[in-house]
Amino acid sequence: MLEPGLLRAIPYFSELSDEELNEVGQYFFEESYVRDEIIFLEGDEARNLYFVASGVVKTFKTSSDGKEQTIELARPGDVLNEVAVFDGGPNPTSAQAITPVRLYKIEKSKMLAIISQRPVIALEVLRLMAAKMRRLTELVEDLSFRPVVGRVAKILLEQARAPLVSRLSQREMAAMAGTAREMVSRSLKTLEDEGAIKMERNRVVILDPEALERRAA
Amino acid sequence: MRPLINLDKCDGCGLCVAVCCSNILKMVDKNLVIVDGDGCDWCALCEAVCISGAIVCPLEIVLNS
Ligand code: SF4
Ligand code: SF4
Repeated sequence: MLEPGLLRAIPYFSELSDEELNEVGQYFFEESYVRDEIIFLEGDEARNLYFVASGVVKTFKTSSDGKEQTIELARPGDVLNEVAVFDGGPNPTSAQAITPVRLYKIEKSKMLAIISQRPVIALEVLRLMAAKMRRLTELVEDLSFRPVVGRVAKILLEQARAPLVSRLSQREMAAMAGTAREMVSRSLKTLEDEGAIKMERNRVVILDPEALERRAA
Repeated sequence: MRPLINLDKCDGCGLCVAVCCSNILKMVDKNLVIVDGDGCDWCALCEAVCISGAIVCPLEIVLNS
């Protein structure tokens, strides 16, 4: 049973009255996870819907050769695994706590019953789902049509040769490349795997400027 | 070297404090402070979790000489 005040902080339920929140709250449980603990695994059946109460959860996919790709970071108020809960398929990603995390959990069947009785929740679910779809569409665009690695390579070369500022954060590089910060961090990893750069503590050392130029072309 | 904090942008959510494995970030009276900058390993997780861009870990970019 969850206090109405706690549930109200979750966007799905922000429009409900105290009475409705009381009713919905009885189906919720709270769960705690320690840092690094796995919350659910990609491919497993989704039995519950989770909301982040505190902390940060990383959702990620793992490739057949064991490489991990972060999809999103979920913060307080965010919902986890709604795709699997609503389409009835397996979890599309795994989820792991990257800080101590508290989650609110509700059984899938209970959640579906609540939604079918309250269109205002269904609208909010749709709105958040659409926002997520938009983010993921932009990600697909970045991955397929506008290779971010090349733009990051160009930024690194320009910055090393004629620095405009003394140092650049990944967030600043993301703004310069017109992409998400996560894409910059992914690009740096790719360039490091290719041997073009080396990441040192707070430095990026360019080992192979020609390789970066080819990437930037 | 220590991450740069812009307190004007910081809403005090504490997510960076929770994610920092080196335990060098602390909330003191709802203000974010760095307690041991030398302990920072520049993992940039604080930057990744901060939605308001209030904490960043800038990188120096150099050619291998
Ligand atoms: S995550 Fe960002 S907004 Fe939250 S406390 Fe840290 S610096 Fe401030
Ligand atoms: S870069 Fe890593 S170690 Fe340094 S303050 Fe941020 S989270 Fe902590």
